[in-house]
Amino acid sequence: MHELKAAEALGFTFDGRALTARTGDTVAAALLANGVQACRQTPVSGAARGPYCMMGVCFECLVVIDGVGNRQGCLVPLRDGMRIETQTGRRHPDGAKS
Amino acid sequence: MITLTAIDQIAEHYDIAVVGAGPTGLAAAARAAELGLSVLLADENPSPGGQIYRAITTTPVTQRGVLGEDYWKGGALVDRLWPTNTAYAPGCTVWSVAPDEVGGFELGLSLGGQARLVATDQVILATGAQERPFPIPGWTLPGVMTAGAAQIALKASGLVPSGRTVIAGCGPLLYLLAGQLAAAGANIVAVLDTMPRRNWLSALAALPDFLRSPYLAKGLKLMAAARGKLPFRTGVTALAAEGSGKVTGVSVTRGGRTKTIACDALLLHQGVIPGINLSNAAGCAQHFDHVQLCWTPTVDDWFASSIPGIAIAGDGAGIGGAESAALRGELASLDAARRFGRLTPVQRDEMAGPTRIALARSLRGRRFLDLLYRPAGAFLAPPADETIVCRCEEVTAGQIRDTASRLGVTGPNQMKAFLRCGMGPCQGRLCGPTVVELIAQAHGLSPTEVGYYRLRPPVKPITLAELAALPPTEAAVKAVVR
Ligand code: FES
Repeated sequence: MHELKAAEALGFTFDGRALTARTGDTVAAALLANGVQACRQTPVSGAARGPYCMMGVCFECLVVIDGVGNRQGCLVPLRDGMRIETQTGRRHPDGAKS
Repeated sequence: MITLTAIDQIAEHYDIAVVGAGPTGLAAAARAAELGLSVLLADENPSPGGQIYRAITTTPVTQRGVLGEDYWKGGALVDRLWPTNTAYAPGCTVWSVAPDEVGGFELGLSLGGQARLVATDQVILATGAQERPFPIPGWTLPGVMTAGAAQIALKASGLVPSGRTVIAGCGPLLYLLAGQLAAAGANIVAVLDTMPRRNWLSALAALPDFLRSPYLAKGLKLMAAARGKLPFRTGVTALAAEGSGKVTGVSVTRGGRTKTIACDALLLHQGVIPGINLSNAAGCAQHFDHVQLCWTPTVDDWFASSIPGIAIAGDGAGIGGAESAALRGELASLDAARRFGRLTPVQRDEMAGPTRIALARSLRGRRFLDLLYRPAGAFLAPPADETIVCRCEEVTAGQIRDTASRLGVTGPNQMKAFLRCGMGPCQGRLCGPTVVELIAQAHGLSPTEVGYYRLRPPVKPITLAELAALPPTEAAVKAVVR
């Protein structure tokens, strides 16, 4: 996806890559705006998945944010300096990656 | 309106808790507060408006024409709330509604990574709709999204899909979105219409009402705008998303012939259905609506559910659209005020008079749309065995069919035990309707006979850390032991 109109930008990282997105974006929207379509791998087959509903229903947008896993990216507002990572493996309640 | 940004700002008790800040919740909260009740308006999203008026207070889309005049009506609903003392909690998930010991309810809330239990006398669930699952082969590939998702990205972030975009499915939102994305400059290479032509036959009887409805003019305008400019293909009978790691094309079957259209984004839509997870887990009765083809909470004329003190209004109690949603929220609050003794039944009825007339008007013509845009059977119960039905646990249509017929599984809860479908974090939101349909087909039963998943709180996963911080009440204990 791409933005209709540029606005004040926030800096964040995705899997170590430095990116920027618009103030007011959710984490999922910020990733899409940067052309990131896949943000997690399923615990069952390891298949790549990305945001599907953008409204908190499907849980396909799960990512690790600042070390905390299983966050629904489409519901979390992006903040400056956020460290976002691909969610892999089984869901862990405390967000530890497997 | 007081905006609460941290969980400890939420009070111990409210007269009424409204869950969801879409049109229903905004109207319900405003009305209840205007009648002198203390109101908590809890909403999962970062800003008010629900999905239809998503980001109405914050949208970066400044060209009004892109989203259409109807979208901007949402502003008035938020404006009405401002002067009231409603406690509005954005980014707040309600994961449990359970009766407490004093005749009210205990709400399980989570905000900013912290959980709390809060008491309320009454609850209005205004949780709205979700898109109907659209299980086709490859629908789990990155780059495949719902049409609603693309619309949310446009409204909330001003995002437009990059590259070649295909929109597929049926229903009014399909045309609306196609028009909006085109106006925003998207490269729409195909709009694939899956509406079965024979739907016209069943819908015809409901046509006279539709012709007198507010939908007509709006609908015709949308159609004309979208159809004129966009590459529409009707009579689509099968779809499959193709690609490895991400979508690169969609295979389309029309008139018995299949071809592939290359694309970078595929947007799917076949109508919306009530989001029933919270009401189901709270124990509210529900039934299968054979016209709208979905599970719907059972409510009375005032949107009261089978549990006294819990009302369910708006699209969450049956799809009626944005305008009816706000009116239903209004009515639910009037009845809540009557339960509190703030209004006599006569006063309530009097105040409800004009709202009821407006509601009837807003719903006129709905049946025609419901019948016309009924999804084809092949998109409700996927014929291709490899189609993933439960996206979370990666359970396929073939596995469900096989388990239903070979092992004689006749209900979705039993299916869950065998295959884990519905056990993932989405808790059946994206597989429940399909699983029921597949079981019904395998045994020649109706969805009513098959039943739906029995859900338990928490309706959204919460972390152990959040749970550990809760006092050990009944709801908390139930939440852990699942
Ligand atoms: S994209 Fe579906 S829950 Fe976030």
